[in-house]
Amino acid sequence: MNPADGTGPMDVDALLDDPARRVVVCCGAGGVGKTTTAAALGLRAAERGRRAVVITVDPARRLAQSMGLGSLGNTPCRVPLPEGTPGGLHAMMLDMKRTFDQVVEEHADPDRARQIMDNPFYETLSTSFSGTQEYMAMERLGQLRESGEWDLIVVDTPPSRSALDFLDAPERLGRFLDGKLMRFLTAPAGSGPLRFLGAGVGMVTSMVGKLVGAQFLNDLRSFTSAFEAVFGGFQERAERTYRLLQDPGTAFVVVAAPEPDAMREAAFFVRRLASDGMPLAGLVLNRTHPLPDGPAARLGPEEAERAAQTLAGTGEHPVAEAALRLHAARARTRGRELLLRERLLTAHPCVRVSEVAALAGDVHGLTGLRRVGDRLAGAGPSGEGPADGTG
Amino acid sequence: MSEPEHRASGSWHTCAGARLHVVTGKGGTGKTTAAAALAAALASGGGRVLLVEVEGRQGVASLLERSPLPYEERPMLSAPGGGTVSVLAADPEAALKEYLELFHGMRRAGRALSRLGAVDFATTVAPGLRDVLLTGKATEAVRRRKGHRGHPSSAPSGAPFAYDAVVMDAPPTGRIARFLDVNAEVAGLAKVGPVHDHAEQAAGIIRSECTRVHFVTLLEEMPAQETRDGLDGISSLGLNAGAVLVNMVRPELLDTAGLEAARTNTLDRGALAAGLTAADLPDPEGLAAGLEGELHTHAVRTGLEAGVRDGLASLGPPVLELPRLEHATGEEAVQRLARALTEQGVGR
Repeated sequence: MNPADGTGPMDVDALLDDPARRVVVCCGAGGVGKTTTAAALGLRAAERGRRAVVITVDPARRLAQSMGLGSLGNTPCRVPLPEGTPGGLHAMMLDMKRTFDQVVEEHADPDRARQIMDNPFYETLSTSFSGTQEYMAMERLGQLRESGEWDLIVVDTPPSRSALDFLDAPERLGRFLDGKLMRFLTAPAGSGPLRFLGAGVGMVTSMVGKLVGAQFLNDLRSFTSAFEAVFGGFQERAERTYRLLQDPGTAFVVVAAPEPDAMREAAFFVRRLASDGMPLAGLVLNRTHPLPDGPAARLGPEEAERAAQTLAGTGEHPVAEAALRLHAARARTRGRELLLRERLLTAHPCVRVSEVAALAGDVHGLTGLRRVGDRLAGAGPSGEGPADGTG
Repeated sequence: MSEPEHRASGSWHTCAGARLHVVTGKGGTGKTTAAAALAAALASGGGRVLLVEVEGRQGVASLLERSPLPYEERPMLSAPGGGTVSVLAADPEAALKEYLELFHGMRRAGRALSRLGAVDFATTVAPGLRDVLLTGKATEAVRRRKGHRGHPSSAPSGAPFAYDAVVMDAPPTGRIARFLDVNAEVAGLAKVGPVHDHAEQAAGIIRSECTRVHFVTLLEEMPAQETRDGLDGISSLGLNAGAVLVNMVRPELLDTAGLEAARTNTLDRGALAAGLTAADLPDPEGLAAGLEGELHTHAVRTGLEAGVRDGLASLGPPVLELPRLEHATGEEAVQRLARALTEQGVGR
């Protein structure tokens, strides 16, 4: 753990304090605590003097409530913080459709915008296309970045099928809206840009028509032409937001839970960020179960289990027996977590890790978020503890 | 360590007889493991069950510690009493090609479409289409008759079904309602044509008495809340809820009085230390202090879990519990969880 050789714990406060740092993107598999991590980072940044905004995609109202807000909308809303807080905190929840509507309204004259929005494809594209949410998250990030109202934007990425979708989906969507396949599918028969491919194309278009019906192709055709006229290069737009992510002012925080699947996703993401030249600040290993310091930390699972067996024979010490079994289970869990962490660090020795011990119960209110923030920054207690302020 | 007692409430009989079991749950709850265990439990006693995964994550292969699976129904687990679980890692592109070939005799066209970006077409132009291909594949397996691999209508209706049950490792709770509402998704775009009919057929099975949607959760607030929301979502679509599967349930080691003492930090530390002395452990006093802290955390957590458990029991569907396994992994874990389900009445 020598900082000089590039490894060691992630310095979360240095990350949040650096005035050149403008964007922090939290990514990782679903269910690892990305949203809470993003909110806790935003709050900590605000309490350390930054004007921060958190973009979340999690529709769970509890997060809004934990920030003292009834609900979150597509525009940033001020989070009431205790008096004397040096910075400020805003939060918003991405509304895909609303953001898409704004993009269309901004780029098309009212007639054309209406034409686009009335097409049945638009409804699907703006609400359920794979990739739209990721695309719109980046679009919104770009808008907030340009507004200059905030000096730190913390992004909670969508719960995609794979964490990599966040990087891939916008480009895929852009490629599609821009792409050859679309033009080919929508070109009138015999005149498409791919007509040199000959009979095969006619066969495929007629087959697509046969499978999904002519109406489908007509809707798609009018949608693409209206859309293309407005956007020209949708892909170029996707690439611009993508470049924003490579900016030195951006930092990625990969969030993982100490489970094999989540750790595998995290390793994929670490590799991908490196190959795309995107700056990784570190890995948050969330909800771990460290053993408290002291003699108990040195009692291994086998030894505890053996001792419990001994006591079980007599039946005279039920509480000690239960305590030993419980400890054995905890020590085994901890052993697995350390193994997973070690495996990742062996493959990626330069990754800095911040471990956040599990809180008993859910995170409620600013107190809970602050507690998570303390742990992220390595300032909190190292053991498990209650999530609220009561324990 | 003894297996935990099951405090499950409700009963499986509302799900017995169903042939398509859709398993969903919040990310990180162990959906794939639970789906595999359910498949093995349904296969026990000589059943033939197909486990279909649809997310392209090769979750079953990694669960069973095998190399990635091809697009092929392959027997992978045996169940007590001669049953078999076959596994299919479905992906939309292969499903599209198979669909074109089986239903329309369009093998060449399928290949051409694939060359021109059928994947993009299926996954980007209309995720609804992608969902239809995947649910269509699962419902085709539900309808399939023995000895008639292929177009279901070519099979004599008297032949027994190829599979007694199909278990689908489905998308997570947040996307399940949309995923299963294939009809609406595709009907909105393709108003006529075979894809529309295919969607209608899949939707017919998903909406029928044949199908149950099960939710995997943990004894934590957030997954429990998603279970509640997910149940609302599927009931508003008119689909049948199955069971709530509570995963990774820890055995309870303390009695009520012990838990209360641990929670309020009023345990008899002397007695604890005496027990540790009796077990010949070094520094029993210091160890007792540490273990007391662990017991306290455990008791606090158990109290929170009890609240979540009560909430889940009040939702309506039967609640089944899967123990947290400390030692087993891979196939052994799946088999042990399957046994736990069988003991709670899960069967065909």
